[in-house]
Amino acid sequence: MSAAAKKAICFFFEVHQPFRLKRYRFFDLGIDHYYYDDYTNESIMRKVAERCYLPANNIILDLISKNKNKFKVSFSITGIALDQFRLYAPEVIDSFKRLAETGCVEFLAETEAHSLASLSNRAEFERQVNNHRQLIKEYFGIEPQVFRNTEMIYSDQIGSWVADMGFKAVLTEGAKHVLGWKSPNYLYCNTINPRLKVLLRNFVLSDDIAFRFSNRTWNEWPLTADKYASWINKLAPKSEIINIFIDYETFGEHNPKESGIFDFLYHLPAAIMKRTPFKFMTPSEVANNLQPVAAINIPTPISWADEERDLTAWLGNELQNAAFEKLYELTDRVNKCEYEQIKKDWTYLQASDHFYYMCTKFFSDGIVHAYFNPYESPYEAFMNYMNILSDFEIRINRMCPATEHEIEILKYDSQLRAQDEIIAKQAKEIETLKKKLEKLSGKKTKASSKKETKEKAEKKVKTKQKKSKTGEKSLVELAAEVVKKTKLKKSESKGKKATSRKTAGKASKKKTSSAKSKK
Amino acid sequence: MRVLMFGWEFPPHISGGLGTASYGLTKGIVSLKDTEVIFVVPKAWGDEDQSAVRLIGANNIPVAYRRVYYHGLKREITTYEVQSEIIPYTDPEEFWKLTKKREELQKSILVHTNQEGKIDFTGRYNGNLLDEIYKYSIVAAVLASELEFDIIHAHDWLAYPAGISAMEVSGKPLVIHVHATEFDRSGGNVNPDVYNIEKRGMDAAAKIITVSNRTRDIVISKYNINPEKVETVYNAVEPVDVAEHLHVRKGFDEKVVTFLGRITLQKGPEYFIEVANKVLKKMKNVRFVMAGSGDLMERMIRRAASLKITDRLHFTGFLRGKDVFTMLAMSDVYIMPSVSEPFGISPLEAMMSNVPVIISKQSGVAEILKHAVKVDFWDIDAMADAIYGILTYPALSGEFIKNGRDEVIRIRWENSARHVRQIYEEVISKHKQ
Repeated sequence: MSAAAKKAICFFFEVHQPFRLKRYRFFDLGIDHYYYDDYTNESIMRKVAERCYLPANNIILDLISKNKNKFKVSFSITGIALDQFRLYAPEVIDSFKRLAETGCVEFLAETEAHSLASLSNRAEFERQVNNHRQLIKEYFGIEPQVFRNTEMIYSDQIGSWVADMGFKAVLTEGAKHVLGWKSPNYLYCNTINPRLKVLLRNFVLSDDIAFRFSNRTWNEWPLTADKYASWINKLAPKSEIINIFIDYETFGEHNPKESGIFDFLYHLPAAIMKRTPFKFMTPSEVANNLQPVAAINIPTPISWADEERDLTAWLGNELQNAAFEKLYELTDRVNKCEYEQIKKDWTYLQASDHFYYMCTKFFSDGIVHAYFNPYESPYEAFMNYMNILSDFEIRINRMCPATEHEIEILKYDSQLRAQDEIIAKQAKEIETLKKKLEKLSGKKTKASSKKETKEKAEKKVKTKQKKSKTGEKSLVELAAEVVKKTKLKKSESKGKKATSRKTAGKASKKKTSSAKSKK
Repeated sequence: MRVLMFGWEFPPHISGGLGTASYGLTKGIVSLKDTEVIFVVPKAWGDEDQSAVRLIGANNIPVAYRRVYYHGLKREITTYEVQSEIIPYTDPEEFWKLTKKREELQKSILVHTNQEGKIDFTGRYNGNLLDEIYKYSIVAAVLASELEFDIIHAHDWLAYPAGISAMEVSGKPLVIHVHATEFDRSGGNVNPDVYNIEKRGMDAAAKIITVSNRTRDIVISKYNINPEKVETVYNAVEPVDVAEHLHVRKGFDEKVVTFLGRITLQKGPEYFIEVANKVLKKMKNVRFVMAGSGDLMERMIRRAASLKITDRLHFTGFLRGKDVFTMLAMSDVYIMPSVSEPFGISPLEAMMSNVPVIISKQSGVAEILKHAVKVDFWDIDAMADAIYGILTYPALSGEFIKNGRDEVIRIRWENSARHVRQIYEEVISKHKQ
C-alpha cells in the first residue's frame, strides 16, 4: 500500500449543548443550590433534536447503508450533551447508537465538560478526558482512539499530554497563522511526540458549509453538492487529506431545513465519490493509513473560534480571566469532595460556553456568540456566573472543608447547631406545657385527678428545664474545646483564624447566656 | 391653599431619590391643614403607564388625567400625566445614551421589523430632549390656564420651564425646589444648556428651596443667586416597619457591606470597589454588594474582575421594591461614598432598617446626621477602617444601630412639609403686596 496514492476526506461533527444557567441572584447565595434553567435547556434540546440531530442522523444512517459502508463520518459528543440527551431527548442516544453499530462512524474523546481544563491543569484535564473516554465506551461500545479538544483548542503541550494518554491522533484548526505557507491538506504530527498525528481543519471548505451555505449575498450561493465536490477535486493534485470539521447544528439549526442543507448532505457523498479521488475515512483510519509530512509547530494554543483562531473567545478580557481563575482555584478541593451533586455541578460549571457568553468582542463573530446565548450582555453573564460560583464555593466550604482543623471546627459547629435546635424545641415544649398548666389552673376544678395531671405537667416542665441546662453545659464545654484548639494552632493561616474567631464568639455568647440561666 | 406642582416622577415609577423625595414631601404637605396639591408629571417610561392612554384614548392629546388615592389620607392628590420622553436624572448626553440603548435593544429584539419612526429619531436626541421640555412647558401653560391654584412648585431642572410658563400664564408666584444641580450630576463637566435652564428657573422663582446647605452654597455661588432667596429644607424619610423585613434568610455566614444606588460618577462607585479590595485584604468573612445599575456598571465590573475580587464583590443589577429592603435587611454596613450628593435619602432608609451607615462628607445628609461615620469620598483608608471597625466590634455597630434608629425616626416629612408650607405663605403674602 503506497501512502501517496491514498487520498482521504474526513468529516467530523461536534455535538454539544451546555447546561444553561438560570438567573441566580445574590439573595439566593447559600440558599438555592440549583443552578440550571431547566425550561430553556429542555426546550432548546427538544428543538435542536427535532430540527437537527434526529433528521441528520437518519440521513447519515441512510447514506451509510446506501453507499455500502464507503461513507464515513466522526463525531464528538460531549459528556454534557449526553447528559442532556438522557434527560430530554433519549431517542437521540438511540439514534447515535444505531450509527455506531454500522462501524462507519467513529466517536472521538474530548473533555467530558467541553471545558477549558487543558489550559489550566493537566491532572484535571486528564481526569475529564478519561471520564469522557469511559462514557463513550459505555454508550457506544467503542473506546475512542482519537482526541479532539474543546473547540479544537490545541498546542504542542496539549498534544504531548494527549499522546501520553494513548491517543494516536488529534484534531485541530488549520489556522493560517500557524500554517504560514503550509497546506492544511496533509497529515502532520506533534513536535514533542511525533507519534501523535495532527489533522488540520480546512476552514475554507468547512465554513463554506457551516457559515456561508444559506447566505444569499455570497457569490457562490446556492451551493450544491456537485459544485462543492468540484472544488474538492481541484485541490486533489496537491492534497492528501481534506478535513471538514463543523458543528453538527449546522444541519437544520444554523442552516434551516428550508435552505436545502439536508439535500446537500444527502447528495454530497455520491458527488465526492464520483467526482474526486478522495475516499471517506474516519480520523483513526487516517492516522493508520496516511503518513505525516512534517511536524507542525504550535507553541501557543489555537482554536477554531472567531477570526483570530485563538483563545480570546473564552479568555480575552478581565471578566473571563477572573471567572476562569476563580473556577480552577477550586479544582483540588472539589476533587477531595465525594458528593455526587458537587461533582456534577463542577462538571457543568466548567463548560466553556459560560466563558464564551462573557466575550466582549462583537465584530464579525457576534452572531456566532449569540447562538443559544441566554444573556443580554457579557456583563450579565459574568455577574450570574460569579454568583453561582460563589454559592458553589460556599457549598464546598460547608461540605468539604479544606483542612483537618476546619473539619474539626465544622464538626463542633454542626454539633452546636444541633444542640441549638434541641434547646429551641425544648423551649417550645416548655412553653406549650406551661400554657396547658395555666389552662388547667384557670378551670379551678376540684377534681383530684386533674390535680394529679397538673403535678405531672409541672414535673415534666422541670425535667425539661434540667435537660436544656445540661444541653447548654455540654455546649459550653464543646465551645471551650474549640477555643483551645484554635489557640494551639494560632500560627495557621488567616482564613482559618476567621472561622475560629467566629466560633469563639459564639462560645462566649453561650457562656453568658448559660451563666444567666444558672442564676 | 392650592399648590400646582411639577415633578417628573411619582411612585410607583421612580428611579431615584427625587421620586421618593417629592412623594414624601407631597404626602407631608397634603396632611397639613387646608393644603391641596395638584401634581403634574411627564410620563416617564411609557410602558407601565397604560392607564393614562386608556383613559384618554386619543394619542394626539398630550394631557392625560388620573386621580390618585393614597392610603391614610382623606384628601386626594390629583396627578396629571403628560406624554413625554423625559427621563429623570438625565442631562442631554445621558438621555442620548439611554434612548440609544433602548433603541438598540428594540433593534435586537425586532430585527426584521421595520422601525422607521425610530430610525428618524436617531441623531436628534439632543434637540429632542429640549423639545420634550418645551412640550412639557406648553402643557403646563394649558393646565395653568384651566386650573385654580395659589402657588407653583417645580421640582428640579426638567420641570423649571414648565413652572415658568405656568407662572407666566397665571401670574401666580413660583417656588423651585433644587434636588440637585448640574454641578452634582456632571461632576464639574457642566452642560451649558442645562445650566441655562437651571439659571432661568432660579431667576424666575420667588423662592428657591434647596435640600441642603451644600446645595444652597452651590446655588448661591455658581448661579449667582441672592442668598436671601435661597432656603434649605432637609429631606426626610418614611418610617419603615422593620419587623416586617426581619425574617430575611441569609444563606451564608459572611458579613455584608452594601452600596445601593445608581452606578454613576456622582455616587463614587469606584471608591467602593477600592475600599472593598482594601478590606478584603485584611478580612475574608465579608461580602460586598453593589446594588443598582448605571452607566459605570460595566466599568466597575471590569475593575472588580481585574482586582480579582469578584468572588466577594457581587453585582445585583437594579433592585426594585421589596428587594431593596431585603438587601438592607441582609446588610451589616451601608456605605454611600458619593462624590457629590445634594442630599441622599438612602442612608436614612438604611438606618431605619437598623444598618450602620458610612457617608461621605460631600453629601447633604451629612449635615443633619450625628450617628453615622462621615468620611471624605476619596479617603479609601478611612472608609476601610470604618468598615473593619463596625464589622469587627459588635459594640460599635450596636451603638450605631441603636442611636441611628432613634435619630432617624425623628427626621419626618411632616416637619419638612411644615417648613415648605411656611415658605409658601411667605411667598404668597409677599406676592400680594
